[in-house]
Amino acid sequence: MSEKTAKEQFLDDIKKYLGDDLLEIQDGYEFPNILIRKDRLHETCQWLKHEQHFIYLVDVFGTDRFTSEGRFEVIYNVVCLRTRVRIFLKVRVEEENPSLPTLSDIWRSANWNERETYDMFGITFEGHPDLRRMYMPEDYQYYPLRKEFPLIGVPGSIELPSTTPDKA
Amino acid sequence: MGLESAMGEGYFTTTVDSLAKWSRSNAVWPMPMGLACCAIEMMAFAGPRYDAARFGSEVMRFSPRQSDVMIVAGWCSYKMSHAIRRIWDQMPDPKWCIAMGACASTGGMHRCYGVVQGVDNFLPVDVYISGCPPRPDSLLNALMKIQEKIRNEQSVLLDTNE
Repeated sequence: MSEKTAKEQFLDDIKKYLGDDLLEIQDGYEFPNILIRKDRLHETCQWLKHEQHFIYLVDVFGTDRFTSEGRFEVIYNVVCLRTRVRIFLKVRVEEENPSLPTLSDIWRSANWNERETYDMFGITFEGHPDLRRMYMPEDYQYYPLRKEFPLIGVPGSIELPSTTPDKA
Repeated sequence: MGLESAMGEGYFTTTVDSLAKWSRSNAVWPMPMGLACCAIEMMAFAGPRYDAARFGSEVMRFSPRQSDVMIVAGWCSYKMSHAIRRIWDQMPDPKWCIAMGACASTGGMHRCYGVVQGVDNFLPVDVYISGCPPRPDSLLNALMKIQEKIRNEQSVLLDTNE
């Protein structure tokens, strides 16, 4: 039998580490998508960084699957700089009060990416040091990348400049 | 004014209005509000090949106090709209506005929540230009429209000293 690749070795390791909490692995192309249970997320990421040398969190983003269960998905794109394995770690969150533990204490780069995900999908990250909106106004009431949000936006929801200049 | 050499000895009669309109329409200084790819075409418009200097508009003034026509070139986000309106308010009267390209005119292909669907939502636009991006020729055409407008519709009587 030939030698295992770094990716196969890693997939074996994470299967052993998570057991039943690893829900699904899609390995159809170069980078595996790994769906795990939400309550093991923080612990798994600690393990990824400290035991497996996944020191580079490239991206965090959300998706709206528009399903009745596990509506939102948050995806973490992490790379091991030693073995050059790149994975997409996924967790699902419910529509009702979507929240996840923050990973900004593990990877500093998660800070702004989590703020963006919060801004666009309304998923809160517990323990985040500065969870403000990233792009939209602070008092904006909607989450623009949710499926029910109209493409054109909600007319009048963002303030336009006044067309009558102040009299000095 | 250089008229002396052209006319020789003598005089000619005119009105203050037509003299002012003549000089105004041949020195329309643009405020280049370049927001996206249209700004590249706007630069070509000012460059030697298309040569806006033929119409007296080669001086791009980055100070709103010195400019007469604002060329909004590109898509305008809600965040930027406040800055644009502020600059517009700082421009002295009389002033004109060109919405250059599909995005500035209607939002164009940016049919989404972050982009203002046409700068005429907060600016009094005089000339719209179609195209994505429009050719510099179209911008010259718009400039000529503005000149026409100055010559035919403007009057010094409309200038207020409020």
